[in-house]
Amino acid sequence: MIDVLYFAWVRERIGVPRERVDSSAATVAELVAELSAREPRYAAAFADLASLRVAVDQELASFATSLQGVREVAFFPPMTGG
Amino acid sequence: MAVRVQAEPFDPGAELTGFAAGYAESGGADLGAIVSFTGIVRDETGTLRQMEIEHYPGMTERAIAAIEAEAVARWALKAVLVIHRHGILTPGTPIMMVATAAGHRGAAFAAAEFLMDYLKSRAPFWKKETGKDGTAWVAALDQDEAALGRWGKGGAAD
Repeated sequence: MIDVLYFAWVRERIGVPRERVDSSAATVAELVAELSAREPRYAAAFADLASLRVAVDQELASFATSLQGVREVAFFPPMTGG
Repeated sequence: MAVRVQAEPFDPGAELTGFAAGYAESGGADLGAIVSFTGIVRDETGTLRQMEIEHYPGMTERAIAAIEAEAVARWALKAVLVIHRHGILTPGTPIMMVATAAGHRGAAFAAAEFLMDYLKSRAPFWKKETGKDGTAWVAALDQDEAALGRWGKGGAAD
């Protein structure tokens, strides 16, 4: 099981801030493919990966990052702090 | 080294006074420069009602701590303070501040700019503006991402 978190417009599009996902995905990209196949709201949120960023166990990562031993994955738009 | 992520408002003047006093009390006779920056909620068109800042609890603190640690290592800072608010903010109020203390002003200014550049693009905050015409997420700017280039690659905060 993996905790999947969504922030900003990704959260709004998917409709939940976080969920537990039973996944066999080996990488972030595979997890995205699994989620996108679930329902249109996921496919819509993940339609343009270039507009998304990902964190794995609270560290910025890429879509190629392995999920082995990972507990938490987060998807969000480019950050706008400061 | 301090990181505060909070919903509550803060007083930049009081924070700066406390920052300077805290260093003096620790016996820092080699301190020569303190630089501070305060970011304010800007209403460019006169139509902003509020700004809401969402963040990623846990990662936010970790990301800022990593950025701070890098600044301390690069410029041999004697002290750093980062405060960043989240939640609902109104125009004209402080969003965030950084303060840096160093032996000389060059290091204090450079480190403050470095902290600001990285906080903009590498700390997990997202701004949403509500104006008279509705609500919209603030888009990240290419120039903010490009600003990181001047600090070089390979740092822990990259």
